[in-house]
Amino acid sequence: MSPPTTAAAPSRRAIPGLGLLDLIAGPHGIDGYLGQISPTMVTGECRAEVVAARHGTEDSVTLTLRPNRVWQGARAGQFVQVSVEIDGVRHTRCYSPASPEGSGRELEITIKRHPDGLVSNFLADHAQPGMVIGLSQADGDFHLPDPRPDSILLIGAGSGITPLMAILRTLSAEGHGGRIALIQYAPDPDRTIYRQELDRLAAENPNFKLSRSYTRAPGAGELDGHFSPAHLPQAEPSFATAETFACGPPALLDAVRGTWANGLERRLHVESFAAPSLLPVGEPGTGSIRFAGSNLEVENTGASILEQAEQAGVPAQSGCRMGICHTCTCRKLSGTVKNLLTEEVSAAPDEEIQLCVSAPLSDLVIDL
Amino acid sequence: MSTMTENQIPENQIPLTPEQIESFGEELDAIRQRVLADRGERDANYIRKVIRAQRGLEVAGRGLLWAGVFPPAWIAGTAALSLSKILDNMEIGHNVMHGQYDWMNDPALSGKQFEWDNACPADQWRHSHNYMHHTHTNIVGKDRDIGYGVLRMSEDQRWKPYYLGNPVYATLLALFFQYGVALHDLEVERLTSGEAKLAEKRTLLGGIWRKVRRQTLKDYVIFPALSGPFFLFPLAGNATANLVRNVWSFTIIFCGHFPEGTHEFTEEETENESRGQWYYRQLLGSANLSGSRPFHILAGNLSFQIEHHLFPDLPANRYAEISTEVREICERYGIPYNVGPLGKQFGSVVRKICRLSLPDRKGRGELLARSA
Repeated sequence: MSPPTTAAAPSRRAIPGLGLLDLIAGPHGIDGYLGQISPTMVTGECRAEVVAARHGTEDSVTLTLRPNRVWQGARAGQFVQVSVEIDGVRHTRCYSPASPEGSGRELEITIKRHPDGLVSNFLADHAQPGMVIGLSQADGDFHLPDPRPDSILLIGAGSGITPLMAILRTLSAEGHGGRIALIQYAPDPDRTIYRQELDRLAAENPNFKLSRSYTRAPGAGELDGHFSPAHLPQAEPSFATAETFACGPPALLDAVRGTWANGLERRLHVESFAAPSLLPVGEPGTGSIRFAGSNLEVENTGASILEQAEQAGVPAQSGCRMGICHTCTCRKLSGTVKNLLTEEVSAAPDEEIQLCVSAPLSDLVIDL
Repeated sequence: MSTMTENQIPENQIPLTPEQIESFGEELDAIRQRVLADRGERDANYIRKVIRAQRGLEVAGRGLLWAGVFPPAWIAGTAALSLSKILDNMEIGHNVMHGQYDWMNDPALSGKQFEWDNACPADQWRHSHNYMHHTHTNIVGKDRDIGYGVLRMSEDQRWKPYYLGNPVYATLLALFFQYGVALHDLEVERLTSGEAKLAEKRTLLGGIWRKVRRQTLKDYVIFPALSGPFFLFPLAGNATANLVRNVWSFTIIFCGHFPEGTHEFTEEETENESRGQWYYRQLLGSANLSGSRPFHILAGNLSFQIEHHLFPDLPANRYAEISTEVREICERYGIPYNVGPLGKQFGSVVRKICRLSLPDRKGRGELLARSA
């Protein structure tokens, strides 16, 4: 997998004569002019127009997007980076499209409001048809494999349902004959994303079994409480042989990982939908970080290197802030860091590290 | 000839106490912090509007020059393309490459990635201008913008007979300014003096060659060729537009640091500068131009050279509004704030270029004494 470097990673399709055109249009390139006619006309950057905005629940919005010709499509379960401009500043976040594979020129994403979420609240309040947003190509290993597995178990909480929705819709469109089970965790029936469509899918497809647990409305669903291994036999008795896809907050994924141990791990695929809690690994306040490009040195506060760079006013690119999009990837010139997601320790000089999930274990020099 | 400002502050002696210079610096820092916190949609809309105007003027100019065989089309096309190149280099290129809009996270406005319609490769410009010139402003021997390695612009540069040609070199530099800027990072004068070797400059030369080739192909081969037998009309129009941009940017830039009253500094004077002293040097080394709003936009707001040198990475559309505060602060601390209309400031630059082509009066006296 080669991660996108930025939301604007060039992914230009071959158009004959583009070299000459670019020379004529130089130094700004043909996109410098096409983008003035319409922002989605550009050939080197994936952008999408919002064609519909629907408030499925009170705290979420579902957007139908029409990407420009640069878009190469997504596999069911993968994520994209979405960029929006708020008060002049471009912000990038990762979302998993819920639309099925091969669904032509349209893409659906569902955004759940986070209490302090800048981008999620902006989109929930302001997204409307005609708005243009930035898009990356789809990425990530969390997707439906080929050939399709015979038995599939899906576990999703909150907006973690979206990549699972893409998987379900894909299987439904393909007329998949194998067993599919979904355990959906939501606060209550009103805040259950894709509730009606899932109910309909369950009613129409005898091979699809839907179980719900409402964490704040005990007794309203087939199951109760947060994820527990006790939910499994009821939702999918043969869960041990099912290819399992789980998506949601870290607590859910930790519980799921704990259950799929002892050889079952290879059937488990997980995608995290929240930033990992960044506990200081080294002693906070010990050591220093030097940002070589900006010629700036700060005392290590124990926060992620990205946060420390931002606090110091060092211009750092960033995207998902949870270690999956690699936008903030940067060369570490010297020092030791620990990746808080993978627990990997990088001690060699000149290694690329992800700033948003890396914490210093020693004095550092970062090429930023 | 000596001006008021030089009389007020002889020999670059700072007339303020260390406490005063620090509180002066803090007041300027406060302006900077306030604008930084206030950057937003207004600035984004402004720079995008300028870019939109520039792209429109460029397309219109190229289109009209394609039909340049008709005189009105040639005149309008040349004017539009000249304006396009001026906007591209001054208000857009120079300011974007300073990182003034980096906070927007828009790759199209990224200071590190931007490339401009000029013979000078953007990455070399960022080094010679953003770093060398803005850090070492008006320090003789370190700021290579003092005379661009060919002119004598300060008494602190020792006179030699070569400088008799000062006015001629200045005229040539104005006419071919984009190539002067392109060769800036090469440090030609260090090559001719033997301090630097051509072999060390291979990468730089390669970059300049690639950029100049692209620019030349575009302006002098491809666009003229599109007009077939009438190729001479777009060719002449493009050459004129480049010339107009060259002379305009030379004029604005030389008015920024060389009118009478601006100061140069020695390396010793600027050792271990505090933040306040750094501000102080930027102020004494720069001069503003007064004029209308369209004039300031075409000048890339370098008509607010003082504010630009105090705050090179603040969006340039803010300089006008903070200039009143900067001026007020200067008055309070008794620091000269050099501003004048284009005619006056440029006239003073021309006089300086001519005056410095001859040995200094003191030097002339020594020469006479020796010959006697």
